[in-house]
Amino acid sequence: MNSLILQTTTRYLLPLLLLFSIFLFGRGHNEPGGGFVAGLVAAAPFALYSIAFGAREARRVLRIDPRWFIGFGLLVALTAGLLGVLLGRPFFSGVWTYLVVPGLGPIDLGTPMLFDLGVYVGVFGVTLTIIFAMEEAD
Amino acid sequence: MSLVLILPIVIPMLSGVSILLAFRSRVAQRFLSLAGTAALTLAAVLLLAEVSQTGIRVDRIGDWPAPYGITLVADLFSALMIVLTAVIGLAVAFYSLVSIDQRRETFGYHALYQFLLMGVCGAFLTGDLFNLYVWFEVMLMASFVLMALGAERRQMEGAIKYVTLNLLSSALFLAALGLLYGAAGTLNMADLARKFASLTDAPSQGLVTTLAMLFLVAFGIKAGLFPMFFWLPASYHTPPAAVTAIFSGLLTKVGVYALIRVFTLIFVHHTELMRTVFLTLAALTMVVGVLGAVAQYDFRRLLAFHIISQIGYALMGLGLGSALALSGAVYFIFHVAIAKTALFLVSGLARQLHGTYDLKQLGGLYRSQPWLALLFLVPAFSLAGLPPLSGFFAKLSLVRAGLEAGEYVSVVVALAVSLLTLFSMIKIWVEAFWKPLPAGSAPASSAVKGWLAPIAALALVTVAIGLGAGPAFGLAARAGAQLLDPTTYIATVLAEAP
Repeated sequence: MNSLILQTTTRYLLPLLLLFSIFLFGRGHNEPGGGFVAGLVAAAPFALYSIAFGAREARRVLRIDPRWFIGFGLLVALTAGLLGVLLGRPFFSGVWTYLVVPGLGPIDLGTPMLFDLGVYVGVFGVTLTIIFAMEEAD
Repeated sequence: MSLVLILPIVIPMLSGVSILLAFRSRVAQRFLSLAGTAALTLAAVLLLAEVSQTGIRVDRIGDWPAPYGITLVADLFSALMIVLTAVIGLAVAFYSLVSIDQRRETFGYHALYQFLLMGVCGAFLTGDLFNLYVWFEVMLMASFVLMALGAERRQMEGAIKYVTLNLLSSALFLAALGLLYGAAGTLNMADLARKFASLTDAPSQGLVTTLAMLFLVAFGIKAGLFPMFFWLPASYHTPPAAVTAIFSGLLTKVGVYALIRVFTLIFVHHTELMRTVFLTLAALTMVVGVLGAVAQYDFRRLLAFHIISQIGYALMGLGLGSALALSGAVYFIFHVAIAKTALFLVSGLARQLHGTYDLKQLGGLYRSQPWLALLFLVPAFSLAGLPPLSGFFAKLSLVRAGLEAGEYVSVVVALAVSLLTLFSMIKIWVEAFWKPLPAGSAPASSAVKGWLAPIAALALVTVAIGLGAGPAFGLAARAGAQLLDPTTYIATVLAEAP
């Protein structure tokens, strides 16, 4: 599609939607949001990009093959499950640690969030793999 | 905590993920697929050894105690099924390397294959009914794509039937789960067993029977029981032979496994009613399946109808419900999955040689491929139940259990169906192997050494569990005893101390 309006908007929306997806991801631990929906939102601007400029351009902007994200996301999710095992506890046991950030205080970091990150990356990869394939099939 | 219990799930997932990450290199994918299934086989044997020595093993996922969290449970039946999955998985992974075309490989065949194995292993290991549903879905998602991968016209037609009926079964399963959760407030199988044991008043008995029937239909569709099997012969002959082989070996068996698990653990009341239902369905499944098979002239459709017929025997074991019958059913499932997979692999090789699955156009394989002929006869005779192969002992124990229980109709049906099975195997033998190649058929094409190895391995397993029927059946007998008396299972899962 060759629409100046869409092309211009897409350029501005890309960073905004990516920021929004990070916000959704962080919020998801205790409130509505989370890795799945954040992954979808992160995929949205690239889908828009492929509509505005074509799948080839979108792939160039993304730089990495979306299929790689699927594997990486699953690997991260699996790691979240295996960290507990390494500490001698059952599969997918929650493991927690703190990160002290000056000015913000301690931040909880745990395997549930790591798992969610895996979901985020995996959903992002699957969505874009499907959308690019459909865009290229035309 | 026990690592050995999660390995059958983690290994296929890890190999699937590494295959995805190695999407650029076909060689790496093929290597990882083989290495992954080999590691899975090792892990499966370890699990079986451990369960056989120390009894039922339990792992609480996420450190949540049962019945609140998901538990993984391995009793002997589960462990045997995991070994079965791994052995078939390894053989078919090897067969896939030589038989799957490059296009399917680039579209992620090997990764999907690993995820299918992960789903099957998960279904065999879980101790939670909702989790069982999730594993069914994992397995089905992978199988949907494997079924449709390649997008040939025939394949699409088969895939649509397959997907539709399996989704229907999933919806029924989910509805039954919702009702069950409303009635009992738990989905942990051991906890359900304990709760249902105390429900003896008439209204709740009615509810329990309704739920039992819903589960029977949901799992029955997956297993390919008598009135619900249409999807199977309509779809199994469409994808590549390796895919059909792994489906025939594992997917229907997961349905039978779920039936046996649920009806020996949770719905153990109304034995008279359930016995009649099971034995009737079993007899009809056997007869209709084998009659369908006898009428076929397509190699794989014939075998697909046989899957149904054989499922009837396993259900007969469940219906009889004695220790001998349940052991017979466990042994039977193990034997039939291996023999069936081997036969499907033979059919794929016949197609590779002559370019068709049509028995009328095949022929002369005995002269051109004597080794293949031998490798066909072993699983074929085993399936028909000729001694000293595994099928003989499997059927012998089921028939003996039937005689002991006085269910003469079932016994007669089982024996008659055995004869018809032999007849249809001889039909394949005569058409594809014995008669000369009809004029006008494509002559044998390429060299096929690599194709024979996995078939030979499976045939060897068939011979081994037939000749070593003593120890093999001993293991199945212990698995059957555990199924018959689930108190240890329940106590182990619900134990307070980890």
